[in-house]
Amino acid sequence: MPAANIQVSETPLVLYALRRADDALILGHRLSEWCGHAPMMEEDMALSNIALDLIGQARELYTYAAKTEDKDNDEDKLAYLRDVRQYRNLLLVEQPNGDFAQTLVRQFFYSAFADLYWRAMMTSRDATLAAIAAKSEKESAYHLRHASEWIIRLGDGTDESHQRAQAAIDHLWAFTGEMFAVDEGERALIHAGIAVDPGTLRSRWLTTLSDVVGEATLRLPQNDWMQQGGRSGRHSEHLGHLLSELQSMQRTFPGQTW
Amino acid sequence: MYTQALNTAEADDRHLEDAAQAAHFQARIDAEERIEPNDWMPAAYRKTLTRQISQHAHSEIVGMLPEGNWITRAPTLRRKAALLAKVQDECGHGLYLYAAAETLGTSREELVDAMLAGKAKYSSIFNYPTLTWADIGTIGWLVDGAAIMNQIPLCRCSYGPYARAMIRVCKEESFHQRQGYEIMLTLCGGSDEQKAMAQDALDRWWWPVLMMFGPPDATSQHSDVSTKWKIKRFSNDELRQKFVDATVPQAQYLGLTIPDPGMTQDAEGHWRYSEIDWTEFKQVLAGNGPCNRDRVAARRKAHDDGAWVREAAAAYAAKRAHRQTAQAAE
Repeated sequence: MPAANIQVSETPLVLYALRRADDALILGHRLSEWCGHAPMMEEDMALSNIALDLIGQARELYTYAAKTEDKDNDEDKLAYLRDVRQYRNLLLVEQPNGDFAQTLVRQFFYSAFADLYWRAMMTSRDATLAAIAAKSEKESAYHLRHASEWIIRLGDGTDESHQRAQAAIDHLWAFTGEMFAVDEGERALIHAGIAVDPGTLRSRWLTTLSDVVGEATLRLPQNDWMQQGGRSGRHSEHLGHLLSELQSMQRTFPGQTW
Repeated sequence: MYTQALNTAEADDRHLEDAAQAAHFQARIDAEERIEPNDWMPAAYRKTLTRQISQHAHSEIVGMLPEGNWITRAPTLRRKAALLAKVQDECGHGLYLYAAAETLGTSREELVDAMLAGKAKYSSIFNYPTLTWADIGTIGWLVDGAAIMNQIPLCRCSYGPYARAMIRVCKEESFHQRQGYEIMLTLCGGSDEQKAMAQDALDRWWWPVLMMFGPPDATSQHSDVSTKWKIKRFSNDELRQKFVDATVPQAQYLGLTIPDPGMTQDAEGHWRYSEIDWTEFKQVLAGNGPCNRDRVAARRKAHDDGAWVREAAAAYAAKRAHRQTAQAAE
């Protein structure tokens, strides 16, 4: 009988790839929940498309993490056989879809960062990460454009959409700080030219946000209290439910080929 | 098929139309010419096609629900991506078909509203539940397989926009069908538990899939006009038989048993199936299938929950247009 959860040797590089893979998978999974239920068919298509890009990014990053770790793991074991405490994604991406405004604000905060991040990562000294970045950057640019257009439409649309968009911004703001946090392991990768210091991206990220939010006649919150914990496996209660669904087949029928 | 509830016996108002135009129209059809949106066409032709194409579109959109039910639970990342892409394709087909229907003069909103109000039909097959992962394989293999059987001849339908839409749709459906069969192959080459899952799915889907082709020719009174107009080129029973003949060897290759103990192969090689339970079919069409209420409720919920988003987009577009006009005036 195989063990319920795999063990991962989290060297700094494995952990680094795993964190980004988890971000992409969990956000892609959340977006895929919309498929068939979106406010208009065009958005069923768009949200599914973005989800597919993110799941694609996750697969490349998991595969790279598994290869770097060089144990017996692969993309599916990493995705399906780690429990909530082993997941390393940002708290932001695991937040429930809520209404359409909440989904799009979550996407906007993330994509505004991811777009800058992947562009910077294209010059990583790690050839695989640089290659993943080159593909992901193109995708993220489109994701950001899609989300920005919606933030503007919702903010500057009706009173109701304005209120919903503002409520989503206020609700999700505290989950954005984690994107810029760096631990010791990552600091070493940054010094080695493998990783990017996300702190250097923050001012440009804020500029993107301010421009779009301003055009949308919305405002960014003043409070700077930020929730942390996703990167070290201290998640919100939402992630466990997401994983119980995501992993249900692999947990029910261990060790089978699908 | 996806338009199986279609009844073309419409109010005949052709006597109001110019007999010469009608004769010219039929001559064009007989000469295998395509009818295009701006061409003259009998009102009943327009009405029949609007209903057929929109029912097909509704089927694609409602069909997203049973398969979408497994996107969040697909067993591997590869399967998850493939299923999501597939369901996204179905949505694309729906959009494409609504656009084709709009060329006949009815807006997408009106067509969708009719479906949400329960006035327009969609394929009976989507009123059955997807209970296990094998259902996803079976839907790809059989439901998409049956759809292809019906839709390939529609690539030669007399109405140009529909025929062209079908060419693209068929290419994607054919990919879906192979994808579904590949899921079945994997299951049937797997553990006993997986094989049993595959057989159980075939047992549940086989008869509903045969019903997709619509009532038997003997009781189907509405194919004549569609045939004359070259919207329909094969009868329900002809297509059903072609499907069964193509599918039985595929099931044999998988090592699965078609749930029809009375099935025999005749001297010409056709697989003759037993009597279909048309009572079940009528019940499902009447709204009493296992998932009719859930499917329509899910579509209504998405529509209602999304109303404020569509209103916001419209309000923003109007504001923007207003600003641009004001700027131009300065």
